[in-house]
Order: sequence, then structure tokens, then C-alpha cells
Amino acid sequence: MHRRVPDMGTNFFTKHRKLSQFVILLIAFFALVILVKPNEANVLWRFPSLLASLPGIINDFAENLMFNWFPIQVYDPHIEEYEEVALLREVTRGFSRGVLFMIEFIREVLIGGVKTIVAFTSWEFVRENPWAAWPALPWTVVSGGAVILGYALNGRNLALLAGAATVYISVFGQWHPAMETLSFVLVAAPVSVLLGLLFGILSYKSHAVEVALAPFLNIAQTMPHFSYLVPVTVFFGLGDHAGAIATIIFATPPMIRLTLLGLKKVPVEVVEAGLMNGSNDKQILFKVLVPTARRDILIGVNQVIMQCLAMAVIASFIGAKGLGFNLLLALNQLRIGQALELGICIVLIAVVLDKLSLAYANKQTDYFADLSFAQRHKYALVFAVFFVGCIAVALLGQLIFQDGINYLYLIPHNKGITTELFWQSGVDWMVDNWYAGLQGFNRGLIVNVLQPMKNAYLAMPVSATFLLVMGTGCIIGGIRSALIVGGLLLFIALTEWWDRALITMYMASFSVIISVTFGLIVGSICAQYTFASKAALLACDTLQTFPSFIYLIPVIMLFGVTDTSVLIAVIIYATIPAVRYTIEGIRNVPPSLKEAGMMSGATAFQRWVKIDLPLAFPHIMLGVNQTVIFALFMVIIGAMIGTDDLGQYILKALSDKQGIGNGLMLGLCVAFIGLAVDHLINTWAAQRKNALGLS
Amino acid sequence: MSTSSETMPKEPVIKCESVYKIFGENADKMLRAANGNVDAAKFQEAGCVVGVNNASFEVYKGEMLVVMGLSGSGKSTLLRCISRLTETTAGNIHIDGQDLLAMNNKQLIELRRNKMGMVFQSFALLPHKTVLENIAFPLQIKGISTRDAMKRAMDMVELVSLDGRQNYFPRQLSGGQQQRVGIARSLAVEPDIWFLDEPFSALDPLIRKEMQDEFMRLQGVLNKTILFVTHDFAEALRLADRIAIMKDGVIEQIDTPANIVLNPATEYVSKFTEEVPREKVLKIKSVMDPITDGIDFSDLTISGDAIIETVAEAVLAQTKPVRVIDENNNIIGSLHSDKMIHILFGKDDNAQAGA
Repeated sequence: MHRRVPDMGTNFFTKHRKLSQFVILLIAFFALVILVKPNEANVLWRFPSLLASLPGIINDFAENLMFNWFPIQVYDPHIEEYEEVALLREVTRGFSRGVLFMIEFIREVLIGGVKTIVAFTSWEFVRENPWAAWPALPWTVVSGGAVILGYALNGRNLALLAGAATVYISVFGQWHPAMETLSFVLVAAPVSVLLGLLFGILSYKSHAVEVALAPFLNIAQTMPHFSYLVPVTVFFGLGDHAGAIATIIFATPPMIRLTLLGLKKVPVEVVEAGLMNGSNDKQILFKVLVPTARRDILIGVNQVIMQCLAMAVIASFIGAKGLGFNLLLALNQLRIGQALELGICIVLIAVVLDKLSLAYANKQTDYFADLSFAQRHKYALVFAVFFVGCIAVALLGQLIFQDGINYLYLIPHNKGITTELFWQSGVDWMVDNWYAGLQGFNRGLIVNVLQPMKNAYLAMPVSATFLLVMGTGCIIGGIRSALIVGGLLLFIALTEWWDRALITMYMASFSVIISVTFGLIVGSICAQYTFASKAALLACDTLQTFPSFIYLIPVIMLFGVTDTSVLIAVIIYATIPAVRYTIEGIRNVPPSLKEAGMMSGATAFQRWVKIDLPLAFPHIMLGVNQTVIFALFMVIIGAMIGTDDLGQYILKALSDKQGIGNGLMLGLCVAFIGLAVDHLINTWAAQRKNALGLS
Repeated sequence: MSTSSETMPKEPVIKCESVYKIFGENADKMLRAANGNVDAAKFQEAGCVVGVNNASFEVYKGEMLVVMGLSGSGKSTLLRCISRLTETTAGNIHIDGQDLLAMNNKQLIELRRNKMGMVFQSFALLPHKTVLENIAFPLQIKGISTRDAMKRAMDMVELVSLDGRQNYFPRQLSGGQQQRVGIARSLAVEPDIWFLDEPFSALDPLIRKEMQDEFMRLQGVLNKTILFVTHDFAEALRLADRIAIMKDGVIEQIDTPANIVLNPATEYVSKFTEEVPREKVLKIKSVMDPITDGIDFSDLTISGDAIIETVAEAVLAQTKPVRVIDENNNIIGSLHSDKMIHILFGKDDNAQAGA
């Protein structure tokens, strides 16, 4: 490549070409903002909503597909006649039944019930035969089972964790909903993992599949949780199965992505070694490729478990029972203490499942220990003994607590200990003592910062927005980038929700600015010390385990139901990736460069500004990208406690019978905002990486 | 040619005839058009890269052929053609008389499961398996029961002196130890043919020396047919029965180490041999004089397989020529101290020293 060496006489513009281009762009942007007056008829102010009829078309299409397309004859045993049913409806019905059966089967093993027996007989049979009910396992059996499993997989620590988690759930009277949630997760998570593995492997094997899946994965990655719900209800109805299906749809894409990433990273020589050992195709895949890609695949499994529990609350919108439903209820009633206890239950389940799956994958076998039958099956035997023992204890409990609750069998919902009073009085105390201060801060923030910022966003003519975004695209990645981001924005601009999208953008960008600033500072400071880095990364890991809505609980406690609460939750949630990527980026700067800086006599601050930050910049930008996506997700979830952006409309679409078109379109709007930012940042980061020779 | 090929059995284990490997879309068409006369530069212009250019050679049972070349010379590609990890563009390869390129996938898998073992530069161990499990891997792939596979693998652990570390994971081992695992794994199925692709290149010099010694000890016991790829000329001289020197896909010279050092065929080869201290490389039998009648021998006899340096002092102490004998104590030649002085100090004159 030819590059002119800039001589001393080169002026500012050629030296900072991109910067000056950007300044000119900004000037043009503000000129447009000032010149274009608000006027609905002016195309430069707002585009006409040409796509307004699209949701209706989608609705009709879905309805047709579901109720009219390809009718087939199906025999109905109840009316003993053939009935005409649309093919797709029959297929989705069958699928729903299958998923529902699996969930209920696991659920009834854990907490008893009659539905599994009904599935094989009929409701009449169960009604006539009172003995035909599946008894619940005593909670002690499940708890003991978790402890033994934890011990068998990873020793004492995991056993303690599993024990503490199950005892907590039981003692706090959340056993019933927790098992409902668990049964739902135990179906959704394995299915997502298997589907993710399957598609990941397929796209590794076939480039065509990879290319075909890419756009779906991109959109799925940026589509908010809520927007999956409406289509799922249309096709699969309401209930636990619908929740599980929505969860599977949501949790599978990251699994696919990570499987593919892991498989691609497997060194060629490892595959060659497998070939030279005489592996056939199947052995190469399952004994060489997949296990070697294990690190990334396990991150995928972890992601799936997180997504499943994050969806536990969201899926309760479409009828999934369990902790999520109760949590939603508690939040709506502003019962902070209860919400907190439920939140902890969800986090505990997530952590225990994650650790168990990780320990399972890392298990080692001892080949030379010559074991007897009892030794080989010692855990199963211990469990069997435990099983009988716990049932005996439960029966004994029947005698002890004759009239009251048998605490050794099942502790009914909300009959356990609760710390709600404590939290409630804490909230009351805070309201009494800090009310003025908090409200002052709250009002100050809203009046002086948020409202003006929101108004500024809304006062932006659409032409100016396009100029700014496409111009930035052009500066960063040329015409192609400009067209991509322009196209994505155009879709949003042509819907009737442009103003809502602007509000979403304002909330997201406000949070992102604060998160990134905070993340950069904290991350940079932590990165200077090995111990602090490790501690901070561990904290990020732990915080990421929490399902996103958990963050809403404490802020509502402090700020009540306002935009401030949402924004603070968003900021906390979105700061995690900013901190993580900053630390990783700076820690990965080659030590020789740091040493070179030190030997040149750079102060710590100079080193940070001149060496650490520029070199870590591409990686930090990927963190910013994550921050944007996290922020968008959380802003939409914030709709649960009342905002007036796209999220609120998605939530409305849920309760609308014709909501599928609106829900999908709104989801796409959010996804496209995310994708546009994602494209710009990734292009830029890739260029910087190339320029620095890091790629 | 040299004495070594005469002692080899006639039937080659590996036989390559005009093997070509050309990367690129129109490789086949261009090769046919070139009619056996491949010019790398011309192919490059057409977007093809010549990996192996008309390689023909044979490797006999128990022989170690070292393929030496710098990076990009096509040595690893050649190895991968013979192990069929890459498909050969043209030519014939026979393994034990069987046509390798005509084999279907099933036959190829059988061949690899029973006859071939390979060691890789980056070790290529499975990160999720312990030392023992890695070594047992090819056995389990073959379908041998876990119990027997583990027992056999444990023997291999002992063979490469890793006992006590069988339950370590690869990441817990040093580079040298990891390569010991790689070697043990490649030997677990007792292959006849052993491929080694720069096995010691990723190791530190001291460890490399140690591993070479270990490797020679193993080969002394096992006597496999070996194709060994390296970029290190000293390593090639140290280990090889014969060396093939490659440049730009072409085998420049294939011969015994002594003959390569003494008679480099091309200018390229002589670049490597120039700096080589001959007395440290050559064996007595490659520099000795033929026996003529009526020589008055001294009492000293030396082995023809001895490296010159190791016996030089003893020979120089003799005034009369010494007898050179082979492993069966037959006298095969003589060596006078004057000649020894010439070998040690008369660097320029190769021709006279030629065998």
C-alpha cells in the first residue's frame, strides 16, 4: 500500500481527515436541526408511515397460515367425527402438547399432581379413582439429591451450595413455584442446548447453512425478549409450554453462535490427529471437534441457563407458572421484600444449575481403581437410602405436625419464613428519612437532564438523524456501511413508531454514556492490579448470572416507579460488559509495550492515555457494543414498570389479539437500532485492530 | 549409491511416483496443460500455489527418511499427501504395495487405525482428556474395550517416561512432556509407519536435544519405518538414514547425510552443508580408503559406524593406518592419520574425501 509520508507542512485537515469529516458532518446535522421546522407534512421532518399497514398484513398472513392454510382431516375422539383442521395448527398443537407433557411430567415428579396420569387415561378416570394421583416428593429428597449430585460431580463446595440453595428455597416457602420454574427450565434448557449444538454443527459443516442462519442470528441477538411472546401465543397458545417455546427460541441463537465459534477455533492439527488415529466422521465430530470446542460450548450452556431464568419472568406474561409469575405479581404490588426473596430464589437456581452443568462437563474418571459394585454405584445407593429415609421422616412429620403444616414434607407457598417485614420496614425507613433527598434527586434528574434530553431527541428532524447516522457510517466504513445503517433506520422511520424509537434511543444512549464512562474508569483502575482485575471479573461473572429484571427490584425500592428507576437499572446492568471488556482489553496489551512505555519515562497516567487505551480500544469498543445491546434489552424490560418507549408498545401488543404484526414490527425496530450500532462499532473496531496489527 | 540402501530389503514401504500437490481452483487443468513440467512462478500468476512438485522416492522398512526444508518448501504438504490428510493432485503413492490414493474412506480409516501413527508440531492433544485418555484415544477409536485400552496406554506412559503424570491434563504439562504424550499416542496402536511433522520444532534447544535422544532410543527399540519432517538441518543430519532436501516443492537432493554433506547436488543444498563441521556428522566409513594389498596395519581397529570426531584422537596417535571394521568384524577399509588431519583441517577439498 502506498502512503504518503506527511511532511511538516500538511495542514490539520489532511492529518485528521476522519475527525474533520466528522466535524463537518456535525455542523451539517445541526444546520438541519435548526432549519427544518416541525411540520408533519414535511418529509424532512418526519417520513410518512408507509409501513403502517404492514402489521395488519402480517396479522392476516399469520391467521391464514394458522386457520385456513392446507386443511387436513383429523379424527376427534370426543365427538367421534372427522374434523377439518389447518395443517400448521395441528402441527403446533401436537408440538405444544409434547412440550407441555414433558414439563408436567417433571413437575409432577417433583411436586406431585394428576396431569401425567390424565395424559395416559382421562380426567374421568382420575376423578373416579382418587388414588390415581402422583404424590409429591418430600422437599428433603430433592434437596438431598441435589447435595449428592453436587458432591458426586465436584465435591464438598458444590454440595454445600446445592444444599444451601434448596434449603433456602424451601424454608422461605417458595418450594412450589420454584419447582414449577425448575421443571420449565429442565425442559427448555436441554432442548435449547441440543438445538444450538445441532445448528452450530450444521453451520460448521456447511457454509451455506452458516450464511443462511447469519441474519436470523443477528436479529435474534438484538431482538428484545418481549417481541417473541406475541408470535408464540398465536402459534402455540398460552401456558407453560408457550413460555418454554418462547424461551427455547430466545436461548438457542447464542448457543448456535458459541458452538460455531468454538468449532471454528479447533486447531487443524487436532482434527488431523483425530484423522490419523483412524476416526470416522462421527468420531471426529463427537470425540474430537465438540469436546475440543468445549470451552465455548460450555459458555453457550451457561448462556442458555441464564436466558431460561431471565425468561422465567417474561414468560409468565404468556402463562408460565412459577417464581417468575410470583415475582411479577410482587413487583406490581410493590412488595419489595417478597420480590427480593423470589429474585434470590431465581438467582440460586441459575447458579446451582450452571455450576452443576459445568462440573458435569469437567468430570474426570479413574480407570485403574478396581471398584466393587457398591463403590461404583455409591452415590446411587446413598441416594436410595436417603430417598427412603426422607420419606420415612416425612411420614413421621405427619405425626408430629398433625394439624398444621408438615414442614418435613412440603412447605406450602408463602408459609415459610419471610424477611418481607424487614425489607418493607427498610423501605419505609428509607422513604421516611430519605424521601426528600431521593425525590429531590429524582426530580432534579428528570427536570434538568432527562426531560431536556428527551425533548432534544424528539426535536430532531428525521433528515438530520439520517444525515448523522449515514454520514457516520460513510466515514467509518464507506458507502456500504452508510447504506446498511441507512436501510435499518429507514425501516423504523417508515413505521408509525419513529417517535417511540427516538425515546428508546434517548434512554439507551443516556445509559450507555454513563455506563461506558463508569466502565472505562473502574475497568482501567482495576486493570492496573492483578488482584483487583480478578475480583472485578468475578463480580462481573456473578452479576451476569442474575436475570436482568432482578436489577429492577432494588431501584424501585429507592426511586419508585419512574424513568429514573429504569435508567438506573439499565445503567447497572449495562455497566457489566463495559467494565469487563475494559479490563480484558487493557490486561491483554502486550507487557513489552507497557515496559517500553515505562522505560521511556511515562507516568502511570501517560501510559494509560498513550499506550493502554489506544491498544485496548478495539476490544473496549466491543464492550461498548455489548453495553448498547444490554441497555436496549433493559430499556425494553423497563416497560414492565412503565416507560413510554417502544417497549411499552410491545407490552401492549401482548394483550392485543391482533398483536402479532405490531409485536414483530416493534421487535424488529429495537433489533434494527441494535444492529445499526453493532455494525458501526464492529466495522470501526475491526479497522482499528487491523491498523494496530492485532487481528 | 550409498552403502545403506544395499542393506535395505527391496520392497519399499512407502513409494511415491511423480507426486504433485497444487493448491488453487484450476489446479487439475493447469497441471494437465503443463505436461509434467511445472513452473511454480507461472502457476502463481494463475492463482495456484505449488505445494509438491514431482516428488518421487521410496522409503524402506526400518528406514528413517528425513524431509528437510525451510518454511513453505512443501515438506509438510508432502507428508500430508502421504498420510492422505490432503488429497494429492496427481501421481501415485503406494503404502506396502497398496494404492493409497485409490482407497475409499473405510479402507483409509482401517489403514490409519492399524498401520500409521503421526506426531504433530503443536502436539495436537485433546485438551479435555488426561494424558492417559489421550494416549488411549486411538485405541478406543478402534473399538478396544476401555479396560484394555487403558492398560495398553499405561504401558505407553511408561515407555515415554511419564509415569506419575498419567492423570494430568495437557495444559498442566511442559512442551516436552506434551510431545512425549503425542509420541506415545502415535505409537499406541503399534503402527508400522511413523510420521513425524516437525515434532521438536516447538521446543527449547535443550529439551529438543533431550527429545531427539529419547526419540533415537525409541527407534532403536521399535525400528519403525519413519518419515520425519524438519526445518533443522542439524536435526536431519543427526537422525536420518537418508535426507530429502526440498525447496519450492521440489526435492533438490535425496541421499545419505554423509553424501549430502560431501557432495551437495545443488547450490541450494551446499548453503546448508557449508557450515557443517564434517567430523561431527560423518561416519568413518564415508571417508575411509579402500583396502589395498600389503598394508601394514596398526593394532587399532575402529568401527565404520563411528562418528569421525569420536575416534579422531586415537587415529591421530597411530603412525600406521588403522583397520576399519563393520558390525560383523569384517575389515572394510583403512584410515591413515594423514587423511584424518586432512579431514579435520583441510576444509576446502571435498572431492578427495568422497567415498
